[in-house]
Amino acid sequence: MQPGGPGIPQCNARSPSLFTINTWLVCSLLANIFVAIIFPFCKRVPLRYQMKVKVIARNPDDYVRETKLDIQRVPRNYDPSLHPFEVSREYTRALNATKLERVFAKPFVASLDGHRDGVNCMAKHAKSLSTLLSGSCDGELKVWNLSKHECVRTLQAHEGFVRGMVVRYCGTSFFTVGDDKTIKQWKMESPGYGEEEEPINTILGKTVYTGLDHHQNDPVFATCGQQVDIWDEQRSSPIRSFTWGVDSFSSVHFNPVETELLASCASDRSIVLYDMRESTPLKKVIMTMRSNTLSWNPMEAYYFTCANEDYNLYTYDMRYLAKPIMVHMDHVSAVLDVDYAPTGKEFVSASFDKTIRIFAKDGGHSREVYHTKRMQHVICIKWSADNKYILSGSDEMNIRLWKANAAEKLGVLAPREREAANYSQKLKEKFQHHPQIRRIARHRHLPKTIYHQTKELRVMKEARRRKEKNVRKHSKPGSVPVVSEKEKHVVTVVK
Amino acid sequence: MASPGEASVDETHVGKKKKLPARYWQELQEEERKDENKVKSDGEQSKEALRQEEDKTQKAKKRKQDQSPSDGEKVKPEKSDPFPGPAPIPEDRLQKFKRKDKLKKPHRKQHKLRDIIARSEDASEMAQKQAARFDLLLPEEAGFLEGDEDEDTCMISQEDIAEAVDITSGAKYFNLKLSQFGPYRLDYSKTGRHLLLGGRRGHVACIDWASKQLMCEINVMESVNDVKWLHTEAMYAVAQKKWLYIYDSNGIELHCIRKFNDVLRMQFLPYHFLLATASATSFLQYLDVSVGKEVAAICTKTGRLDVMCQNPHNAIIHLGHANGTVTLWSPNQKEALVKMLCHQGGVRSVAVDKTGTYMVTSGMDKKLKVYDVRTFKPLKSYFLPAGAACLSLSQRGLLSAATGDVVQVYKDVCSMPVTKPYMAHRLRGTVWGLHFCPFEDVLGVGHGDGFTSMLVPGAGEPNFDGLDANPYRSAKQRQEWEVKALMEKIQPDLISLDPTELAQVDQATWEQRHQDRVEVLGFDPLAKEKFVPKYKKKGRSSAGAIERRKKQVAHEEQRDVIRKSVEDKMKMEKERKERERKKAALSTQKSALDRFKK
Repeated sequence: MQPGGPGIPQCNARSPSLFTINTWLVCSLLANIFVAIIFPFCKRVPLRYQMKVKVIARNPDDYVRETKLDIQRVPRNYDPSLHPFEVSREYTRALNATKLERVFAKPFVASLDGHRDGVNCMAKHAKSLSTLLSGSCDGELKVWNLSKHECVRTLQAHEGFVRGMVVRYCGTSFFTVGDDKTIKQWKMESPGYGEEEEPINTILGKTVYTGLDHHQNDPVFATCGQQVDIWDEQRSSPIRSFTWGVDSFSSVHFNPVETELLASCASDRSIVLYDMRESTPLKKVIMTMRSNTLSWNPMEAYYFTCANEDYNLYTYDMRYLAKPIMVHMDHVSAVLDVDYAPTGKEFVSASFDKTIRIFAKDGGHSREVYHTKRMQHVICIKWSADNKYILSGSDEMNIRLWKANAAEKLGVLAPREREAANYSQKLKEKFQHHPQIRRIARHRHLPKTIYHQTKELRVMKEARRRKEKNVRKHSKPGSVPVVSEKEKHVVTVVK
Repeated sequence: MASPGEASVDETHVGKKKKLPARYWQELQEEERKDENKVKSDGEQSKEALRQEEDKTQKAKKRKQDQSPSDGEKVKPEKSDPFPGPAPIPEDRLQKFKRKDKLKKPHRKQHKLRDIIARSEDASEMAQKQAARFDLLLPEEAGFLEGDEDEDTCMISQEDIAEAVDITSGAKYFNLKLSQFGPYRLDYSKTGRHLLLGGRRGHVACIDWASKQLMCEINVMESVNDVKWLHTEAMYAVAQKKWLYIYDSNGIELHCIRKFNDVLRMQFLPYHFLLATASATSFLQYLDVSVGKEVAAICTKTGRLDVMCQNPHNAIIHLGHANGTVTLWSPNQKEALVKMLCHQGGVRSVAVDKTGTYMVTSGMDKKLKVYDVRTFKPLKSYFLPAGAACLSLSQRGLLSAATGDVVQVYKDVCSMPVTKPYMAHRLRGTVWGLHFCPFEDVLGVGHGDGFTSMLVPGAGEPNFDGLDANPYRSAKQRQEWEVKALMEKIQPDLISLDPTELAQVDQATWEQRHQDRVEVLGFDPLAKEKFVPKYKKKGRSSAGAIERRKKQVAHEEQRDVIRKSVEDKMKMEKERKERERKKAALSTQKSALDRFKK
């Protein structure tokens, strides 16, 4: 190697003498006054080096904390070139967040026991988040304090089943119907010392009532049984009765937004819609199998979801009943109850297959499934009004309290904690379609029976599909039309 | 915050100084003038929108003001904000934080997707603006060196620079005279606080170089080929004569890794926790230092590997070979990702810049070449009379090249043709290792006579990120950082030429998707099932009968295809006939003009 060839400017740090002196002389000759002015400076640095130089010199005091009591200083620079591998690092964070979510997914909060028979119905308090009412199959009714996980009041409401229960919108009293053909109104507060548990009001009906619901803001309630009755609270006979060639109804529900509308599920496999202001029902849709109950979307007035005997749930648009908006599949047995979250974005369903599932309102499959070894057929389900908890009443006399979001941390979050949670939530969303992350996020452990039943159902469905395909293949083109899953389950709409 | 007015942004500060700052009472006239200017000059959409907004809000007011002069001069215009709206951000600064081009809007039918895209784009735009605004608050500025008129900066000696700058910075120029244990290799830690020296004849020392504190000093009693810090200053790797060793900062041997033999060069990939080694036996090996496992061992079959560097942008390893090629490697592939013929004669050194855009190579043909590594195209070629033995690129893009005992620093090598070096410095011995110190204007040079720390103004990034590499971090902060960094260790299989590939939509082919579906379902939903004839009684399931029945359904699909093609053919034939018939009919018809025909 030959250093310092012709192309390389030589830098002789050690020999500045000659050239420096020359420049020095020239300069001093040319401008005497100028030199005189800068003379003190020139003494320090030879004039030749009238250069401007700056190097990075940080004062450590700007970068470390002053005392141990301070928090550490963290200067930031968001320049993307200082943060390489942005995407891969985010992906790794998202993967970790997804894994941690599965680790922390412990949805079960508490079990409330005390009933001496299966829990048949539940009601949320209109005003108090921590109060829950439940009625069992032996006619007993309990009022629970959810924050303390304890029963605060027990009363024998009916003989036989408590069929339906609803809290009045003001929260001061509640109504129950039972197998003993009565409607009873009770005070919310427990009776004073020495007083007897007595209903405020009792209405003796002619037939058995199977369900009831109260109007959102009027003293009017509706019951169902052999017909749908609208009652004024002040009167002992219904102000209106609806029948439409049906012998019995299983449930009736007021629309929480369009408050004059009602919907009921009938035993002839139909869902009937009513307007309280009219004397006749609006319309009904007849499905292939019976719907057990339904729930209105509290945010979008015209959507409701019904829980069907054919293992599915159907979300309908009230205006177009000919075809459901969405078919929600995943249960492997009849769906018994459904309740919407107060946000209207999700709902929870209870099934005879001993599981609870949470669906997005526009998702065909559930995002979550809850089960325990001891939980039997889940009869009734409620989503709490603060959107945080789910309450399920089941056959084996227990009421269970679940988290709506399985991995959520309960209690007050510190700001940094909340920020971190939000950040990881966003990351999970961003990378949710990556196969590895999706696989981890979707994985749920299922009881053996349900797992196998799901598999079996899939095989059956596949077989049916195959058969249909073959039939279509071997018949005249166009004679066997393709019927979508949504259309399959609706028989007809009657107006 | 006081913000400059819209008009002032377009002009330079020099021009601005002569004019008085805008006053609200001048606003009326100025605004009108501005409006005229705007229409011509403003290409920027945000400003336009801003102005429109302003117009809307002030429309009523304006009308009043327009009328007022006619009413009389005495009526004062109302007081209003002379600098309305958020402070404008210079375009180049916004560009710095730009991640992606805007997407094409989907069709209106896909209104949900449209909405999602619009929202996410809004969010990213906001983030981009916020980051750009934050840029204004960065405390430090980059260094520089300017000579007098007609004076080359390369003639300025280190002593003079050290004298001219403040004492602490001046102390960063120093020599360590270590002539006993031969030429030195060196490495700076990621934060730039710690220096690791490895002498050819076995001397290994780590120093907190800013405070000149010696952390440890050992002699490994073997030849040392290369030294490298691992993720923190608590551990370093030394490639010794036979094996690879890992020591801690007290000089205690932690591991001797016998799987890694005859290592000549090492690179540490900090975000992957991978130590990549190139050996004399032409093996490129990757060691995961967080779990201590060998991730990949690739036989490159290209002879002795003594030229190596990493692309800090995508963690690809670049190897230089004696036949003049540079090869690119990832741990996921046994073959080189790219082979480039860069020089006639062997490659002596390779360096890749921080953004992963440029690669600088020097070869035995005494040339220095700059390549665009994204397109693998040569950009510049320089002739150095002595050739460069070592190359190093700084955080701000300065290139240092060592030729014999002279170190030269070049500026803007990649973007414009360079004739003179930015700085130069002669050392006592031949240069053996060269490294810019991160976040400092310092170039460390290891040579035959020890180590020299040079001042190179403008080399280092002035503002570090405290969460990524903080030179001033405490022990507690380092521990915290280490845990976090380990948590988000990138898996080696994510190393690819394009690091943003993971965020792009994979538009898989139908075949690929189908294959995935089969994998998920465990069966092929579209597979044709083999026909199994039903068992029939009364002798109708004899072997012959079964064969006959099978024959009936055999080639069913082929038959379908044939049937279809025959049908198509028939149809076309029919159409053709129809056309012909019509044509014939037309030709037979007599037109009124036919009588003029002869």
